[in-house]
Amino acid sequence: MDLNYSAEEVAFRDEVRAWLAGNLPRDLKEKVDRYEHLSKEDLLRWHRILAGKGWVAPAWPKEWGGTGWNVVQRYIFEEELGYVGAPPLIPFGLAMCAPVLLRFGTEAQKKRFLPRIYQGEDFWCQGYSEPGSGSDLASLKTRAVRENGRYIVNGQKTWTTLAHYADWIFCLVRTDPTSEKRQEGISFLLVDMKTPGVSVRPLILMDGAHEVNEVFFDDVGVPAENLVHEEGKGWTVAKYLLGYERMNTGRIGESKRQLARLKEFSSGKLNDVRFRDRLSRVEVELTALEITNLRFLDRMRRSGQPPGADVSMLKIKGTEIQQALAELMMQAAGEAGSDEFAAALGRRYLSMRKTTIYAGSNEIQRNIIAKQTLGL
Amino acid sequence: MNFDYNEEQQLLADSVRRFLQKDYDFEARRKILASPEGWSARVWSQLAQMGLTGLPFSPDYGGFGGGAVDLMGVMEAFGEALVVEPYLATLMGAHLVARAGSAEQKRAILPAVVEGRMKLAFAHTERKQGEKLGVVGAPIADKLVVSSGSRLFLADRADLKMKPYRTMDNMVAADLSFSRDRAEPMPGADQAVAETVDFATALVCAEAVGAMKFACDTTLEYLKTRKQFGVPIGTFQALQHRMVDMVISYEQARSMACLACARVDSAANAAERSRAVSAAKIKIADSARHIGQEAVQLHGGMGMSEELKLSHSFRRLTVAAQQFGDADHHLARFASL
Repeated sequence: MDLNYSAEEVAFRDEVRAWLAGNLPRDLKEKVDRYEHLSKEDLLRWHRILAGKGWVAPAWPKEWGGTGWNVVQRYIFEEELGYVGAPPLIPFGLAMCAPVLLRFGTEAQKKRFLPRIYQGEDFWCQGYSEPGSGSDLASLKTRAVRENGRYIVNGQKTWTTLAHYADWIFCLVRTDPTSEKRQEGISFLLVDMKTPGVSVRPLILMDGAHEVNEVFFDDVGVPAENLVHEEGKGWTVAKYLLGYERMNTGRIGESKRQLARLKEFSSGKLNDVRFRDRLSRVEVELTALEITNLRFLDRMRRSGQPPGADVSMLKIKGTEIQQALAELMMQAAGEAGSDEFAAALGRRYLSMRKTTIYAGSNEIQRNIIAKQTLGL
Repeated sequence: MNFDYNEEQQLLADSVRRFLQKDYDFEARRKILASPEGWSARVWSQLAQMGLTGLPFSPDYGGFGGGAVDLMGVMEAFGEALVVEPYLATLMGAHLVARAGSAEQKRAILPAVVEGRMKLAFAHTERKQGEKLGVVGAPIADKLVVSSGSRLFLADRADLKMKPYRTMDNMVAADLSFSRDRAEPMPGADQAVAETVDFATALVCAEAVGAMKFACDTTLEYLKTRKQFGVPIGTFQALQHRMVDMVISYEQARSMACLACARVDSAANAAERSRAVSAAKIKIADSARHIGQEAVQLHGGMGMSEELKLSHSFRRLTVAAQQFGDADHHLARFASL
């Protein structure tokens, strides 16, 4: 048993760290440090810098621009991005649409979309949730009817993150409302956001930020060539994506960074034993999660098997820790010196409540573990 | 990076587990508890034959020169089986002799421990000077290492006045009074105690993780077989989610036990070692309480029953949470390092 990275892995981490130190633009880093809103241009700027280095999509096959890194290197890279305080890489294109196309897409679809995702030319969003279909995703109602070589889409998606930035949306739509198993009537469709009949309405969350939206489809015509995999196989595609290797789900690097910042500006509050002990317990949970994450990664590297329900555990613990840190930061904000910064931390606390709800609520993650791991 | 046991460690853990499954099932353990001695000399000699009493000691004395990571799988197996023989007490005593004893003391004691001929205990916690409390293994130890002020002494059991009893988790223990007159001083001291207590704390973490594993496994099994309202109670989401949280708690605790054992073996300095051990003990204490309490609750009335092994695991977990300092103690130490 050896909990330390190998010499090669340490060298790799140092290489990534050094490059980030030299290439993360100062103004972007300062925005992230101040917990300010990041514009579409901010996000794309960072995306393109990484693309220029050849590091924006490490997990992709090499022929499409992947780095050929193993799972441990990819994990190290992603954690370093979080630890240094880089703007987030928006996952909808890079880590969601692309893996689906790589697995199920036609050659034409890959050639058409993957290079543009890589270069940050197309901004993607995800059309899954609907007003009546949250955790029970398979109940979705957005209808797509095939006629004359195209699908006519009608319906509504909601909680659509960054739809107001997006050029494209990948959607789960119902193509066959009559199929006995409701999962079998669902298809995976790529829709150009500029198509007539697509409209976006902002949903403002309690932190005042515009991040999510409602997306309406009103007789939207989508070329049939934008169907991914077969008609009626959309659920298979969605399930594949759930099991896709996402070993940074715990967001360890990001949380380590928040913990370090919290300790920095709350030093006065550390004399308060009650506060100090709450902070220590979060630190212990985070340390444990980092090792748990590495244990899973090590197992995955040896077995070559996808992580399965392990990801659910990382999501549950990771988001609980992120929320606990955000809450402690808000409570210590008075120590931080500036009212503006304290207000940003307050907004961040509000915003982070979403983490245990999004991407499969933590209750759904528990259902997954109960079923897949425990056989209940 | 590698989180598996190496081949030797795995073989040892497997053979210990096989031995315990065969010769130390719940019924066998019940008989040991019912005996006046409260431990089994036969089991002890088999542990010695498997090399366990020599594992962490120098080959100079017949040992195998192992560390905490080498012992981790053994301690997990002990925790699953709820071994009551005072193995850790003997390891602690010998660990101290190896670090603080004179050459002569080492020669007299370590080979005897390795060969299974001698049992030790460490008397440390005191109510007031000379009165040591809750010394696990004391009533059956041949010799005891006793701290007094900042010094360590070796004493024969026969020279100590003892009040023996069984602890909540059925270990033999005693309160005792000690005077330096009839004891042999040991030359080393301070750092040795800190090292040994951290070493033992890491091992208790591993042992507790084993007990947690049993509690989780047996509860999951119960959820699948116990029927109410015509269905297995494991079909109820309220119980499924609590079971999932127990398993997550176990995985997190096991990660911290790995950290503690690894750092005990190879930390760059004492502060790094102690900080890792305290962090681990905080998590193990929290998880021991959480998993123990939930396992009993999910078993319903059965969980309270003396007849079920789980209730004994609960007692072990309750004691382990407090052994060598509870979560509050280690939170204070963690923050101070």
